[in-house]
Amino acid sequence: MPDKKQDLIDQKLQDLNNDGVDRRGFLKCMAWAGTGLVWTLSGGIPVSRAFAKSSGKDVDKSADFSFVQISDSHIGFNKPANPDVTATLQTAINKINAIPHKPDFIIHTGDLSQLSKPSEFDTLDQVLRGASAKQIYFVPGEHDMLTDNGEQYLQRYGKGTKGSGWSSFDHKGVHFVGLVNVANLKAGGMGSLGHEQLEWLEDDLKGRSASTPIVLYAHIPLWTIYPDWGWGTDDSEQALSYVKRFGSVTVLNGHIHQIMQKIEGKVSFHTAMSTAFPQPAPGTAPSAGPMKVPADQLQQVLGITDVNYLVSGRSLAIVDSPLGASGSSASGNGGGPGGS
Amino acid sequence: MTRQNVWVASLATPVMIAVLLLLLGSPNVTATDQSSAANTEVKIDNFSFGPQTVTVPVGATVTWTNRDDIPHTVVSTDGVFKSKVRDTDEKFSYTFTKAGTYPYFCSVHPKMTGTIVVQ
Repeated sequence: MPDKKQDLIDQKLQDLNNDGVDRRGFLKCMAWAGTGLVWTLSGGIPVSRAFAKSSGKDVDKSADFSFVQISDSHIGFNKPANPDVTATLQTAINKINAIPHKPDFIIHTGDLSQLSKPSEFDTLDQVLRGASAKQIYFVPGEHDMLTDNGEQYLQRYGKGTKGSGWSSFDHKGVHFVGLVNVANLKAGGMGSLGHEQLEWLEDDLKGRSASTPIVLYAHIPLWTIYPDWGWGTDDSEQALSYVKRFGSVTVLNGHIHQIMQKIEGKVSFHTAMSTAFPQPAPGTAPSAGPMKVPADQLQQVLGITDVNYLVSGRSLAIVDSPLGASGSSASGNGGGPGGS
Repeated sequence: MTRQNVWVASLATPVMIAVLLLLLGSPNVTATDQSSAANTEVKIDNFSFGPQTVTVPVGATVTWTNRDDIPHTVVSTDGVFKSKVRDTDEKFSYTFTKAGTYPYFCSVHPKMTGTIVVQ
């Protein structure tokens, strides 16, 4: 059964360059090599170019603005898969601060904390204060709703949001929508947006020009990746029907702690790595839980996502970079817990 | 027969009769998942409840223990019980005072479901 499912996933990926390497294979190679991967969408057709982490000149020249997505910081997690998630989050922030084309803001796609504890949110805030990008947008993950239906999360990060924390904003001509699909989850189900939020979304998009680039972001993937592990959103089809008419739609998610991408017409879906710990590929382990990798590989399977909006062609280029290169153990992160 | 054997035989018979009477008289005996003890354990591991279905007598206490390195919750779909979030090695117990079928799930990972049957 798992093989069949894997085939279905791979069918969605195509060998665009006819060089015998499909997108999944390409992504795997690039992630392993530690280089960033640039996906550019021109009129809905993806064109890929690999570039060395240190340059990125191609993207810089034409970029109108950029922002960074981070996800799944799980502050408070302290098990073998990563005894010091605060340190790896700090590494991610340092990496963001070092990006030559300064990102305008950061989007955190949820699971800020591990147990929704005040101390965990406090620690997160402390680390994020060191980001040079001062504007940070959040959506909650299921780990942020553990104690009080997300009351505390909303108090800290929900200003200007509605319901369980959804909102939208415009930035330099691009319309961003933060959705919450981790509230009121039903037994046996996956992620859920709910009727009230869907109504709000439909209304929010109404009347906008179809040439407005749209970015949707939510914690759990808005496309069905692996139902057995709850990797999908039960009512996302309705949400996606509202964005169908737009010329460029980008969906940014987290939750699965690994990169997955899919392009369907003018909509490109992308999930980010975690800054805390990796999770296994669908069906390759008994469950979706934290996956332990050798200590010197941890930095390669955690990462950030740099998104560049290119005015020419009105497209977004998504670049995933791991926190570190192969074999490197960043100083301060090696050894035992309690890194600076 | 030796005296010891006679003693054992005379003890065994009433014990056997008592056991037979117990078995015949109790409708709760089933071949699997039967817990007549006051406390029944459900392990939470690999994002699943094990055993997924448990049958207990009225008045029994069920204790869930989280063996995953991810927090979970135990929430009745009918609002009968609801645990606080349970991290690794933390437990949640509930005593079932009424007969019935109690489906539940993990509100954090809703694909995780289980049932307690109270007879």
